[in-house]
Amino acid sequence: MNTFTYQDLLQLVLPEVIVVVTTLLVLALDLMFLRGSEKPLRTSIGAIISVLGCAAAAVWILHTPQTTNVLDGMIVLNPLAQHIQIALLTISALTILTFIGSTFTEHISEYLALILLATVSMMFLVTTQNLLLLFLSLELLSLSLYILVAFNKRSARSAEAALKYFVFGGISAAFLLFGFSLLYGLANSTNLARIGNTIHESTLDPLLLVAIVMTIVGLGFKVAAAPFHFWAPDVYQGAPAPSAALIASGSKVAGFFILFQVLAIGFSGAEGGITRNDYGAGWVPVIAIVAVLSMILGNLVAILQTSVRRLLAYSAVAHAGYMLLGVLAHTDQSLSALLYYAITYALTVLGAFGVIAIAEEATGGDTLADFAGFSRRAPIPAFCMLIFMLSLAGIPPLAGFFGKFYLFSSVLSATLRLLGLLWLVVIAIAMSAVSLYYYLKVLKSIYVANPPADTSPISVPALRQIVLCLIALGVVVLGCAPNLLLHWL
Amino acid sequence: MLAWTIYISFLGVLVLMLLPSRSVRITRILALLTALAGFIVALNAFANQRTGELITITRVPWIPSLGIEYYLAADGISLTLVLLTGIVAIAGVLFSWNIDYRAKEFFAFYLALIGGVYGVFLSFDLLLLFIFYEIAIIPKYFLIAIWGSTRREYAAMKLALYSFIGSAMVLIGLIAVYVYAGATTMDLSRLAQYPLPVHFQMWAFPLVFIGFGILAGLWPFHTWAPTGHVAAPTAASMLLAGVVMKLGAYGCLRVAMMLFPHGLDPWGFHFLGFGSWRDVFALLALIGIVYGAMVALVQKDFKFVIGYSSVSHMGFVLLGLMTLQQIGLNGAVLQMFSHGILAGLLFAVVGRMVYDRTHTRDLSELETMHLGKVIPFAAATFVIAGMASIGLPGFSGFVAELQILIGAWRANPSFAILAGLGIVIGIAYTWRAMQKAFFGSSAFTSSAATHSVPPITVPERIAAIFLIGVSVFVGLYPQILLQIIIPALHSPMFDGLWKGRGR
Repeated sequence: MNTFTYQDLLQLVLPEVIVVVTTLLVLALDLMFLRGSEKPLRTSIGAIISVLGCAAAAVWILHTPQTTNVLDGMIVLNPLAQHIQIALLTISALTILTFIGSTFTEHISEYLALILLATVSMMFLVTTQNLLLLFLSLELLSLSLYILVAFNKRSARSAEAALKYFVFGGISAAFLLFGFSLLYGLANSTNLARIGNTIHESTLDPLLLVAIVMTIVGLGFKVAAAPFHFWAPDVYQGAPAPSAALIASGSKVAGFFILFQVLAIGFSGAEGGITRNDYGAGWVPVIAIVAVLSMILGNLVAILQTSVRRLLAYSAVAHAGYMLLGVLAHTDQSLSALLYYAITYALTVLGAFGVIAIAEEATGGDTLADFAGFSRRAPIPAFCMLIFMLSLAGIPPLAGFFGKFYLFSSVLSATLRLLGLLWLVVIAIAMSAVSLYYYLKVLKSIYVANPPADTSPISVPALRQIVLCLIALGVVVLGCAPNLLLHWL
Repeated sequence: MLAWTIYISFLGVLVLMLLPSRSVRITRILALLTALAGFIVALNAFANQRTGELITITRVPWIPSLGIEYYLAADGISLTLVLLTGIVAIAGVLFSWNIDYRAKEFFAFYLALIGGVYGVFLSFDLLLLFIFYEIAIIPKYFLIAIWGSTRREYAAMKLALYSFIGSAMVLIGLIAVYVYAGATTMDLSRLAQYPLPVHFQMWAFPLVFIGFGILAGLWPFHTWAPTGHVAAPTAASMLLAGVVMKLGAYGCLRVAMMLFPHGLDPWGFHFLGFGSWRDVFALLALIGIVYGAMVALVQKDFKFVIGYSSVSHMGFVLLGLMTLQQIGLNGAVLQMFSHGILAGLLFAVVGRMVYDRTHTRDLSELETMHLGKVIPFAAATFVIAGMASIGLPGFSGFVAELQILIGAWRANPSFAILAGLGIVIGIAYTWRAMQKAFFGSSAFTSSAATHSVPPITVPERIAAIFLIGVSVFVGLYPQILLQIIIPALHSPMFDGLWKGRGR
């Protein structure tokens, strides 16, 4: 290894540094100068600075495209990882924008700072191929998210959700660490690429199988795949809307990217197989089981939900199942399809939580009954919700449809003419037909049911409507012209 | 130019949504103008197309990395159905002239549905076709769930789920064929020429055929159709029976049969007397014809009679396809057109002219109302439409069903005999419904005399005469459509279908 100065390091992680500085700036400004100001003002100023920080980081990344791999895989920069960073920054910025106007907390700068810290950790997460840094950033991300979930101190649900999330998160982190320690023992390195090379040469070790399972348990928690999803419904329901949105969007994107990296690079050579003429132990069969379980359980349980947030939680489990198919195929094309799916999904869920927040403030709840006649009370957010729900259900020409098409066809292409993974694709498509039912239930409540007699139109702040419309426009445009995103991935 | 049928419809949606005015009148007129513009564009293209060959409308790369194109084109079959869509769309708007409740949204959903339908008929890129096909599902749901009648939410959800399950099956077949052919193109004509192995086609064909067949009312997957038609508001049931069911039949022909012609080959063994998928689907179509007609015969609800008659008539289309005879396929395409016009008209009489005035569709109640005297125009329209739909010579239904029967006879005489039985029962249920609804017994003259209903309005008369006129014109001069349908069926894309004809 050649010498490497702090200056070089600082240059490589400058985007992260920018976001950290923004974090401190937001905290300092709010706590020192804006103490006495009105809450809306504090929120707006804090949010604007945060968004500007994210934008600055994104611009810097765009202007310094780099391909490096330094410090034993600690920092691996390539165009793909950098574009994911930009996507994560965008998602965080949009989350912050939907936060403007929220009333659940007094501690505005702390909340914004935590979102930014979570962003930093996600940015580190996608640019590392080293087990140590990977675990570290994953922990930073989890810790920020635990607090973000608990932030609504007036709600018992919020506290309960945070505790559940914390307990599950702690256990799964232990699993992950145990898996990583086994990996280190096997390969004598924390660099994913080296681990992959070592594993490639050796035979399939029972210890390796344990490591595979442990790692998948740990990361499966992060992406809310069944059967590691038990925290999701409670967190989605209890957390403040922006926190839930961030967990459902940004943390999903980062989680899937890193899951793909660990499995495809770190465990290369231990894939195993599930096609007709290629059965074998490895991580692919494990992922296949988790994926099938997630798709079936997520979709079927979502049918029973009456709370829209819980419905979204189970649908998130189902979507995790579809996305796991992209991990399982582990080709370049399936990675690009997976990322397209994850990013557009993140955008859609972000918007959906924005609408839920509006409805909750007006009606005090998030059950299907609370949404009754929403289209007559707030036509624009209702129309945005129509787009989000239909996109989640995979109706063209929205992004969700193209995501599904591209993902499934790339999964099928992984085995070329053999169509070995056809059965998984059949399950996925069949289950997405089931999913239309519960998404339509939400829309039925919004568009078909009549509003309660004594209701008036909901006044929604213009900024929120604009943000929602922008997200909805993004979902439509990315669906009609997927190339805009595809050529970055 | 023809592509503007799609764009105009979606532009209409946009304009209606952004329209600040709350005036229902302006909304209606805008919707009518949009439908009219689409029809004129279609008619213009029809007038300039004399040969029925494939003409490319637009072809630009859309997602180059996946080889997917934005490829619109039209041949004789598409053009016939585009014309049908234009006609039914206009009539639908005219028959919804009385919609006041959330009228803006109604017409926005209505035009979105029309736009999707135009898109399906004009797409020659498989993915694009599928996209338009799915776009058409969602407006149907809202049209029925919001503006419908009897058990509307149940019927709407059932229809949406059936459609979506069908399209999920199509999607599986679509992705499989795309990947199998090298994942480089979705162009229908190129995929049709790709030598897909027989074992692949053997499972892909029934999958895609049933997937589209669900929407075409293929027995036993037809159950969404009667409930959906009955619950839907008049314009929506006109569209459902008139064009949406044709989407399914069109998909069966254009996608399933064109891409997987070897799926119709004999299996090489016999199972329960079936030797190929062709036998299976022909039998299902026949069951649909006879079963639909028999169920229609015993309905109490006037609209259910028409709902089941649609299943029966769509059975003819599917049977025509399965004859694999030139004349049978001609008949099938012509029947799509003819049934689209006539079913639209019948639903308009039942839903708009009768139900909106009497607020009942129960045949035994209608029997006491003497509607034949109260609203003679409705009675006359129903008599004409009923006669046309049972296949009286001089109307479009006769030419279509005759060709299907000849094709069926050539394929297998017993098919033709069973289908003939269906026609006979068809006469019975049409007569029964007509007699009960309009010419009830005169036992209760006193109560009937007191029944006064609003007269038939001008828009209704215009639309009814328009539809009847089209049916008579095509019935007297079927050559106008056949001259573009026949060359289209002989284009190289269908080569695979004709090559295996020796089976």
